[in-house]
Amino acid sequence: MRALRSLFAAAALTAAPALAFADSINGEVHKQPTNYIAIGMFLAFIILTLGITKWASKRSASTKDYYTAGGSITGFQNGLAIAGDFMSAASFLGISALVFTSGFDGLIYSIGFLVGWPIILFLMAERLRNLGKYTFSDVASYRLSQTPIRFLSALSSLTVVAFYLIAQMVGAGKLIQLLFGLDYLVAVVLVGVLMVLYVLFGGMLATTWVQIIKAVLLLSGATFMAVMVMVSVDFDFSKLFADAVAVHPKGVAIMSPGGLVSDPISAISLGLALMFGTAGLPHILMRFFTVSDAKEARKSVFYATGFIGYFYILTFIIGFGAILLVGTNPAFKDAAGELLGGSNMAAVHLAKAVGGDVFLGFISAVAFATILAVVAGLALAGASSVALDLYSHVIRQGKATEKQQMAVSKVSVVVLGIVAIGLGVVFEKQNIAFMVGLAFSLAASTNFPILFLSMYWQKLTTRGAFLGGALGLITALTLTVLSPTVWVDVFHHATAIFPYKYPALFAMIVSFVGTWFFSITDNSAKAKAEREKFFAQFVRSQTGLGASGAVDH
Amino acid sequence: MSTDDVYRRIYDNPKFQSLVKRRGRFAWTLSIVMLAAYYGFVCLIAFDPKLLGQPVSSATVMSWGIPGGLGLIFLCFFLTGIYVQRANGEFDRITREILAEADQ
Repeated sequence: MRALRSLFAAAALTAAPALAFADSINGEVHKQPTNYIAIGMFLAFIILTLGITKWASKRSASTKDYYTAGGSITGFQNGLAIAGDFMSAASFLGISALVFTSGFDGLIYSIGFLVGWPIILFLMAERLRNLGKYTFSDVASYRLSQTPIRFLSALSSLTVVAFYLIAQMVGAGKLIQLLFGLDYLVAVVLVGVLMVLYVLFGGMLATTWVQIIKAVLLLSGATFMAVMVMVSVDFDFSKLFADAVAVHPKGVAIMSPGGLVSDPISAISLGLALMFGTAGLPHILMRFFTVSDAKEARKSVFYATGFIGYFYILTFIIGFGAILLVGTNPAFKDAAGELLGGSNMAAVHLAKAVGGDVFLGFISAVAFATILAVVAGLALAGASSVALDLYSHVIRQGKATEKQQMAVSKVSVVVLGIVAIGLGVVFEKQNIAFMVGLAFSLAASTNFPILFLSMYWQKLTTRGAFLGGALGLITALTLTVLSPTVWVDVFHHATAIFPYKYPALFAMIVSFVGTWFFSITDNSAKAKAEREKFFAQFVRSQTGLGASGAVDH
Repeated sequence: MSTDDVYRRIYDNPKFQSLVKRRGRFAWTLSIVMLAAYYGFVCLIAFDPKLLGQPVSSATVMSWGIPGGLGLIFLCFFLTGIYVQRANGEFDRITREILAEADQ
């Protein structure tokens, strides 16, 4: 029963990248002995990335440079950066842990994160690039009233960023305790300060390069581990699986779906949240504006899909390798036969098993670098929502100068850093398992519908987009609070009012239907004018005529 | 001449209409293939988990789920590849022609 429960918990955790961490977040974390090799390698990473930040700061003076790296990132580089946003420490440790504990189920979850990318490419990438300049709200508000639409998209973006950020900060604190043997508070402050430094001085250029470096390090490390695992079974997959089945406590059950998604409604709702949430995450969407044109935007998604897919295949092999090389080794287990540090440590122990202490230090440092790179992207997305949407358009009605707007942006980054550290401290002992799932659900039921309909549906009006998006936001938030993940796990009520873990299916229906209804019933003169502007937007979205280019100084 | 006139001229160009139609059909077809494959996989897991647990052959413990899952990963990569190939080649070439015609 216990095993079954933890299996379900693990499933919920892996529902979204950072969620996977919740196991170590919720449980008591035991501080490990100070690991000097890992700290040394991590320091090297910090020095390198701060050097890049210094270089980038000279090229981040104008608004366009600051938010989009001047549109100078190539498709290949952007693909790596996008993949980096997805290959979080949590998905590396969490998915390999899920494979370690239940085999095939780990593969099911990792696929959920990948399938959104082709859809983004086919339906959104080029229109997004052709219409937007800095953030996705540029696209959503292209022919609608700036103030309400930007207000709503900034509100939902900041909510998404906040939940995502809390999960990352708490994860970072726990991870550092486990890997480096440092204090939780030290870790959270360190992450907050570095995040602010990267974003404040280096803008998008530094944020992108930090992400690229980390992606390369993580892919190299994971490749090495997967190759070493395959060496141990003579590069024979049949042998890998047969040996794993022979030593795993669950035996041949690790080859089949383990009941993680037994309920079809939850399965479909989770699938929708992952697929369309990805298409509504502000820190992912802003990456489409860092490339020069639609051509490069398409290439970005192609490379990102390749890297992410490759990475999930590696984690699958790593998880099976851990069953063979870690699960059978008493040195990695405590007296009760559990993995030291919890099952999320499976990949870390495997690093030691295949590469010794130095490689263990390397993987630990990379895992932490991963969190830094992801929070930097989140901070930049949050700051751009505040400075470009809330300040420039909502408060100053488009009359702010570039200088004022940059000043607001930099203040926002510092405030975000302080808030992130504060939230990290406040939520240390809280159950935050629902947060990344909520971030994906919110993105899928607020940002995605507005964005998608603004590009595809001529009859959309400001009233429809605002009310429909707001309804989606409220529905997703309310259903999450009433769901088992919060109502039972956080508030400790006996049964949940809303029986499903993921609200996306319902909140997306509410959002789309609401937007449709309040748009078609809108017969105002303003609505008519907004519909008439659709054709110009349509031509631009299809041809890129008038789109902001790479050199726009 | 205002930008709106240029947009109108492009919009009225039959070449543009045919590009939009063809690219749209291509993008939606690929999307439907992707959605059908993924939700087919999810429904298989939800409604008949035993099926994916069957071994591929009697000689191995490897179940159908493994090539199925890895196949989905390769499908994602393959479909994005063919879309980018055609969009960055054929479709972008036609777009350039349309823009050049509108410029005259």
